[in-house]
Amino acid sequence: MTRFALADTSIDTATLRAQLLDDRVGGYASFEGWVRNHNEGRDVLGLRYEAYDALAQAEGERVLAEAMERFDILDAKCVHRVGDLAIGELAVWVGVSAAHRDAAFAACRFIIDEVKARVPIWKHERYAEGDAGWLHPEARP
Amino acid sequence: MMARVTVLYFASLRDAAGVASENIEVADDLRSLYETLRARHGFALPVERLRVAVDGAFARWDDPVRDGAEIAFIPPVSGG
Repeated sequence: MTRFALADTSIDTATLRAQLLDDRVGGYASFEGWVRNHNEGRDVLGLRYEAYDALAQAEGERVLAEAMERFDILDAKCVHRVGDLAIGELAVWVGVSAAHRDAAFAACRFIIDEVKARVPIWKHERYAEGDAGWLHPEARP
Repeated sequence: MMARVTVLYFASLRDAAGVASENIEVADDLRSLYETLRARHGFALPVERLRVAVDGAFARWDDPVRDGAEIAFIPPVSGG
């Protein structure tokens, strides 16, 4: 079963959410990452995500498998967009179902943090001044 | 011993190399391979800021280069 996916079209959150819910679920938490019109003080017009597909898929699955092991949750999924995105589009979605809310919140946070840190996906931003560039942030402390 | 490998470039590395991949003959380990290609293409990122993958799985910089391998240099990621 795959829990992580790359998507080159818009993310259907309602369908994804429905796949996580069943009679055992007492708490559901989700995170949505959106394309905003600014970054580090600069006006952003749009962006492109590029992934190393094979490794992103494998590493994404590892993150979700680790979340299933570390937290008392029932299920979890994550979808990340690739390709060209406009301001206001959904870039990444995480959903977690659990019997209780604490585990759902904690696992949701863990998944988005690990995906951002480990999964080979890169963001290319276009700026209002006309230039553009890849973001290669320093490792988190 | 020389090995013939495919190297994949992503993000700023691809822009600097001007190609998404190249087929090259190399010797030694993955670290030396990156240093050689960094000198050739003028990559800004030092080896310490990258990870390396072989055939779709993360590898170690001191791993030897294997004939027929697909090698990817992974610049710091920025998904999410």
